[in-house]
Amino acid sequence: MPDRRLLYLGLAALLCVAAFMTIGLRGNIGFVLGLRAAKLAALLQVSVSIAVSTVIFQTVTGNRILTPSIMGLDALYLFGQMLLVFLLGGMGYAALDPQFKFGGEVLVLMALATGLLLPMLRRRVDMGLMLLAGVIFGVLFRSLHSLLARLIDPNDFAVVQGASFANFNDVRTDLLVFAAVLTLVGAAIAWRARHVLDIVALGPDAATGLGVTWARTVTGLLLLVSALVAVSTALVGPVAFFGLLVVAVAERLVDTRRHAVLLPAAALTAVFILVGGQTLFQHALGNSSTLGVVIEFAGGLVFLLLLVLGSRK
Amino acid sequence: MIRIENVSFRHGPTNILHDISLTIPKGGITALVGPNGAGKSSLLSLISRLQTLQEGSITIDGLPVDTTPNRQLAKVIAILRQDSIVASRLRVHELVGFGRFPHGRGRLTEEDRAIVGQSLQQFDLADLADRFIETLSGGQRQRALVAMAFCQGTDYLLLDEPLNNLDMYYARELMRSLRAIADEKGKTIVIVLHDINQAGAYADRIVAMKDGRLIADGAPAELLNTDILESVFGFRMPVEVVDGKPVALHFR
Repeated sequence: MPDRRLLYLGLAALLCVAAFMTIGLRGNIGFVLGLRAAKLAALLQVSVSIAVSTVIFQTVTGNRILTPSIMGLDALYLFGQMLLVFLLGGMGYAALDPQFKFGGEVLVLMALATGLLLPMLRRRVDMGLMLLAGVIFGVLFRSLHSLLARLIDPNDFAVVQGASFANFNDVRTDLLVFAAVLTLVGAAIAWRARHVLDIVALGPDAATGLGVTWARTVTGLLLLVSALVAVSTALVGPVAFFGLLVVAVAERLVDTRRHAVLLPAAALTAVFILVGGQTLFQHALGNSSTLGVVIEFAGGLVFLLLLVLGSRK
Repeated sequence: MIRIENVSFRHGPTNILHDISLTIPKGGITALVGPNGAGKSSLLSLISRLQTLQEGSITIDGLPVDTTPNRQLAKVIAILRQDSIVASRLRVHELVGFGRFPHGRGRLTEEDRAIVGQSLQQFDLADLADRFIETLSGGQRQRALVAMAFCQGTDYLLLDEPLNNLDMYYARELMRSLRAIADEKGKTIVIVLHDINQAGAYADRIVAMKDGRLIADGAPAELLNTDILESVFGFRMPVEVVDGKPVALHFR
C-alpha cells in the first residue's frame, strides 16, 4: 500500500528532524535551539523545493534521468547572480536588500529558463538530445559565470564566491522568510496540479486529447520549477544529483508515478536524507566530511545506474 | 457530425493534404484507408486538434476545433495516436482511469469508477487491471490505450491504426468491440486501418486517400473492387465474395 509506505516515510523524516533538533544539546539551550531551528527550516525548504522541482521537471520532459540541475538551471541562477554583481559592482550588490535581491534573481531565472527551455519542451524532444543540450547549457553557463568572475575585481568576486558551492553547514538564513513563502506557494501549486501532472506525463498528444492545453501548462510548470530551483540554489548553492537521487529512491519506495503519492514521497525522502545525513555528519562523524560530497557521490552513482538500466530497455 | 471543409495542410515545403472536404455523420464506423504517406494520420491529427489547422475549417457537432476550448472538446472527441508513449510505473486501471480526466479533472467519483470497470470489461482487461503497463505485451498495451480512449465517454472516437501490434485473435476482438460500441452505444468511430479486409468486414463506410487527396468513398461493397483498389494502392488484386463480404486477395 503506497499510503502506509508514505506514513512510514513521514515517520522516518520526523525522526530525523527530532534527532537534528535534540542530539547533543549543551549550553544555552534557547540559543542553540533557535540556531538549529533556522538551519532546519532552510534544510526543509531545500528538500521540498529540490524534490518537487525534480519530479515536475521529469514529468514534463518525460524521462527519469533529467533534473533541473543536470539541465544547468542552477548554473543559470549563479550566472544571473554574477551578472548582477558585474553590472552593479560588489559594493552596490552588497548594499542591496537581500530579500529584494533574491526576488530579482528569482525573476531573472524564471525568464531565462523559460526563454531557453520552452522551445525544446513545446514538443518533447528525444531524450539523448535533451541530455546533450542540458550538458552544453550547463557548461555554457558555468563558463560564462567564470568568465565574468575573471572580469570583475577581486573584492566583488569575494562577494559572490561564497554562493557558488553547495554547503549544507552554512546555509543562508537571511533569506528564510522570503524563501519559505516561495517554497510553500510552489509546493501548494504543485499539489493542486497533481492530477494534471499525471496527465502531462502521458506526453503532448495524449494530454491534448484529454483536454490539457499543453503549451500553457508546460510554461506554467517550468516557471514553477525555476522558482523552486532558485530557492534551493540561493539557500545552499548548486547540488547536481540530489534531486535525481531523491526521486529515484522515492519512486522505488512507493512504487508508483502518480503525483498524489510521488510528490509527498519525494519531499519526505529528501528531508530524510538531508536532515538525517546532516545530523549524522555533525554528531556521529564530527564533521569529518561534508554531506554535500557524499550526496553528490551517491546521486552520481544513481545517475549512472539509471543510464545503464535505461539503455538496456 | 464531423464536417471537414477545404482543409489543406503543409509540413515545411511538402503538401500533405490538398483541399479535403468530407462529412462524417453521427454513428457508425468510418475507416480511412490508403498507402503509407497518404495523409490519413495527418487528417486524424487535424480533426483531433493535435495539429494546428492551417487552411480550411473542421467542426465537430458544430464546434470549430481550432477555437473551441480544449477542455470542452475533450468531452466530445477522444483520440488514440499510433505509438503513444506511456509513462512508466502505472497500473492498467490507473491509465484507463485517466480517460475520465476531462470530466472530473482527476478526481474519480463512484460513477467514474463504474465507467472505468465497464471499459476494462469491454476490452477484456479485467484480469490485467492491477498490472503495470510496462509489464504488458504490445497488444495488451494497445488494448489498454483503446480502453482509455473509450473511457473518456465521448461521442466520437478517433483511432490511428489501433490494430498495430495485435495478433489475429485480438485484432478481431478489438474490431468486434468497436462494432459493438458503435451499434449499442451509438458511438461514431473514425479509424485508420491498413488491412483493407478488416475495413471491409467491420466498417460502414470506407474513405480511401492517396497523396493527400480523397479518391474514393463508399460502403465496403462498392469500394472493394479491383479497379478502385488499384487506383488507391497501385496494383491489381482479385476481390472475391466470401459469406456475402468482399475480400481482397492482396497477398497474392
